[in-house]
Formats: sequence, C-alpha cells, structure tokens
Amino acid sequence: MLATEKVQPTRKLPWRTATVREIIEETPRVRSLSLDIPDWPGHRPGQHVDIRLTSDDGYQAQRSYSIASAPEAAELLVTVERIEEGEVSPYLSSEVIVGDKFELRGPIGGHFVWSAFMTEPLFLVAGGSGVAPLMAMLRHRAAAGNKNPALLVYSSRSFDDIIYRKELAALAARSDGLKVVHTLTRQQPAGWTGEKKRIDPEMLSRVGFSPKEQPRIFICGPTQLVESAARALIELGHDAGLIKTERFGPTGA
Amino acid sequence: MSEPPVSRGFRGKQRSSDHAARTPPGQHLVNDFPVLSAGPTPRIDLVKWRFALTDGHNKFAEWDWEQFNALPQTKIKTDIHCVTTWSKLDTEWRGVTFDDLLAAAGLDEAPTPFALMHCYGGYTTNVPVEDMLEGKAMVATRFAGEELDPEHGGPARLVVPHLYFWKSAKWIQRIEFTETDTPGFWEELGYHIYGDPWREQRYAGD
Ligand SMILES: Cc1cc2nc3c(=O)[nH]c(=O)nc-3n(C[C@H](O)[C@H](O)[C@H](O)COP(=O)(O)OP(=O)(O)OC[C@H]3O[C@@H](n4cnc5c(N)ncnc54)[C@H](O)[C@@H]3O)c2cc1C
Repeated sequence: MLATEKVQPTRKLPWRTATVREIIEETPRVRSLSLDIPDWPGHRPGQHVDIRLTSDDGYQAQRSYSIASAPEAAELLVTVERIEEGEVSPYLSSEVIVGDKFELRGPIGGHFVWSAFMTEPLFLVAGGSGVAPLMAMLRHRAAAGNKNPALLVYSSRSFDDIIYRKELAALAARSDGLKVVHTLTRQQPAGWTGEKKRIDPEMLSRVGFSPKEQPRIFICGPTQLVESAARALIELGHDAGLIKTERFGPTGA
Repeated sequence: MSEPPVSRGFRGKQRSSDHAARTPPGQHLVNDFPVLSAGPTPRIDLVKWRFALTDGHNKFAEWDWEQFNALPQTKIKTDIHCVTTWSKLDTEWRGVTFDDLLAAAGLDEAPTPFALMHCYGGYTTNVPVEDMLEGKAMVATRFAGEELDPEHGGPARLVVPHLYFWKSAKWIQRIEFTETDTPGFWEELGYHIYGDPWREQRYAGD
C-alpha cells in the first residue's frame, strides 16, 4: 500500500508573487533562486510549488519545481536545471535577475515528504536536479538535529555537474549519520576513486541499507533513473510500499 | 485578483500554437509521454491479473486477462491533460468502454452514483459514474497500437480523458461503486475532488 499522511487544504491555494532575492550558480546548467514570498504558509520537505510566468502581452506558462530549502529556512529556494529546448527552465535558470517577480503557488504534494521525526534510516537516491527535494530533506534533517542513519546516492554527469557539492560535503562532514555517495556517469576528474557507473542493483546493494533495516526510500530524477532505481530496490527486497518516487521527466519516447 | 506581475523578458514558446482551442488553461503541449507516479511501477503477471467491478458487498463481475480481452474492444483518439501542466493531443487508446463493462457484468445501470478505482500498488482515485458513461471512459490495454507499457499503467488503466489524467488510474484492478464521492489517493492529499482541466481544477478549492 501507499502509506501516506492526509492533509486537506480547505481553501484555494492562492497564487502569490515571489521576488527573486538571490541567485546561486550551482553548476554551469543549474541555478538556485532564493525567493521572498509574502505570507508563505510553510512547507514539508519534498513538496513542490507551481511557478507561473507571464509575458508582457499576457501569455502564461507554468511548471512544477521542488522546494530545495528546509522548512526552517527563512527564504524559499528552488533549483532549476536548464533544458535547452524548454519554455520555462531556460528563463528561470538563465534570464532571471535579482528583483524579478513571478507567480508561485504551493506547497503542493503530501506523499513525497519526509519529516525529521521519522526514526527509520533515510535512503535517498537522486539523479541530476532530482536532488532538489532530497536536499530539502537533508537540510531539514540537519536543522532538526536528526542523527538517524541517512544515505544519499547521487548520480551526476560530471564533477562540475554536482549540484550543492560543497554543502553536501559539509553535511556529510558533520558526522551525524549521513553518508553521501556520488557517482559520475560521463566524466570523472583525474584521480577520482568514487563510483562512475549508472546507479544499478549492484551499487545499491553494496552502498545502500539492507531491506531488513526498512529504510524510508525517496527516489527523484529523470524518469529512466527513477524507474530503474525503484525496480532495482524492489528486486533487492525492499518493500514497494516504503519507496516514494518523484519523476521530473521526460520519457525520451 | 490583481494583475499578475510581468516576468521581465519572458517570451514563451507556445503562444502561436494552432491548437490553442484544444489546450486547457495553464497547460502546454508535449510530444513525448511523461511518466508520473507516486511509487515504483508495479510489474503485474498477466496470469495473475484480475479486474473486477464491486461495491461494498458484492462482486458484480471479475475477468482474467483472456476473458477481458474477449470483451468488445473500442478504439478512441483523444486529448489528455496532466495536472503537472502537460497536454498531449490525439492519443490513441484501445480497450473496453465502461458502458460495455457494465453490460458484460449484466448491469442495466451502475448501482451507485460514484466510483472509486483501486489499483495494483495501492493507488486509488474517485470518478463520478456519470463521467464514465456514454463512451466517456474505458479500461485501456493498448496505446498507439501497442501493448500498454507498465510505466504508463499496463496491463490496463482507466482512461477518462476529459478529467485531469491522475483520474485515469494506472494498473487498475477494481472499480468499486460507492454511494458517496470518496476521495482517492491524490484527492486526500489536496488535489481537486473532480479535476476538470477546462476549469483548471488542480487543487482543492480551485
Ligand atoms: C513534481 C515536479 C517537481 C519538479 N521539480 C523540479 C526541480 O526542482 N528542478 C527542475 O529543474 N525541474 C523540476 N521539474 C521539472 C520541471 O517541472 C519542468 O518540466 C522542466 O523545468 C522543463 O520545463 P521547460 O518548460 O523548460 O521545458 P518544456 O518546454 O516543458 O519541455 C521542452 C522539452 O524538454 C523535454 N524535457 C522536459 N523535462 C525534461 C527533463 N527533466 N530532462 C530532459 N528533458 C526534459 C520535454 O520532453 C520537451 O521535449 C519538476 C517536475 C515535477 C512534475
């Protein structure tokens, strides 16, 4: 079964105006935007927002973006990867400057969420910008002082494509039970001794929690990665009911 | 509502779409077929696959894979709209219409006004019966002339294309008739109870 908490907003989720306060260049293709949103109601780690852009002649486009910041943080962070042919992501990841405004509503989604009250091991698997909602969980975990075992297995194309690289290293250095395993699938820097293949059953069984530990599993990234990681974890004996997934797209079909 | 703020320098790409009349508010057209599901894709053995119509007490009918495929098959070509804002035009499905399922179960009419879909993997979603009658919904086993991929809900999924696509339950196992409109999985989590894309009913209260 898909076990989950129930939250039932009773009134319409309003569109709010977000103002870009700060822009963080994460990688050559990825930026994080720190947003100031009046009356933001708060969120749970793993939830997302819908962002709506409006052109000067009234044309609108909207897409979903995960919240990357912890609920404890003062400002809301989203992390956007540039999809070259895309309509919305090139704007958010390249055009936007500090002070720009756009509409946003949320938080949305109550299934792909984790709370630091949970005591089971936390098993996170990410590909590319799919690390964004998992980062919200790790930031929340650190802010809340949760010291239960946690693991992030994170696939990036190259060293320079690792989003939040320094912050992840700092979180892992806190010795609070978090381990971060990077795999670099296309290009590795000289002297790289880490993983360099796509996330597969062998890697997940070698570095991951055993099914006996009943970790809570969150997988996020491109559809192919999510499909194959979820399938591998089930084959390894993890309970499908403990695996939550978020697919950013596309199918490639 | 005040005017939305202009996103300085934003042009957009689909403004000149020929298909504007077929694109509900807040949606954009895609050519691929994105996959969105809350959990892992269940792999269902066709030998064990069953599909049933029930209510709280009765099982009106149950089909195995072979029996299901012997029911009258219908093809539809339709536009689909996902709440995550993509729409896809002219998708082709083949399966058994809800009307034909009722008939095959020996039901002159649906026993209750609402239905709750139950799926392999635990997913649920609710749809009013009226929204499935007269060819408005089917349990589909083929997409674009091919067997339905597991990622897209195979072996069989509900297709009720005039509602947001989360209503078109993947991996359907059972349609339960209910007296009241009972929120399903996403509906419990704040998504709209009905989900009409033309009225942009994405989340509760929309
Ligand atoms: C719940 C949810 C949360 C999300 N969170 C984030 C997030 O935190 N950060 C983020 O960067 N994105 C996130 N996404 C994806 C995001 O919503 C957009 O789909 C993405 O930014 C592409 O939008 P676009 O307008 O630039 O491209 P579109 O104009 O929509 O698409 C252009 C082309 O790019 C392809 N495409 C779409 N998405 C991808 C992709 N991910 N990889 C490769 N090709 C693609 C499309 O198939 C299409 O052919 C999330 C999606 C969902 C559903």
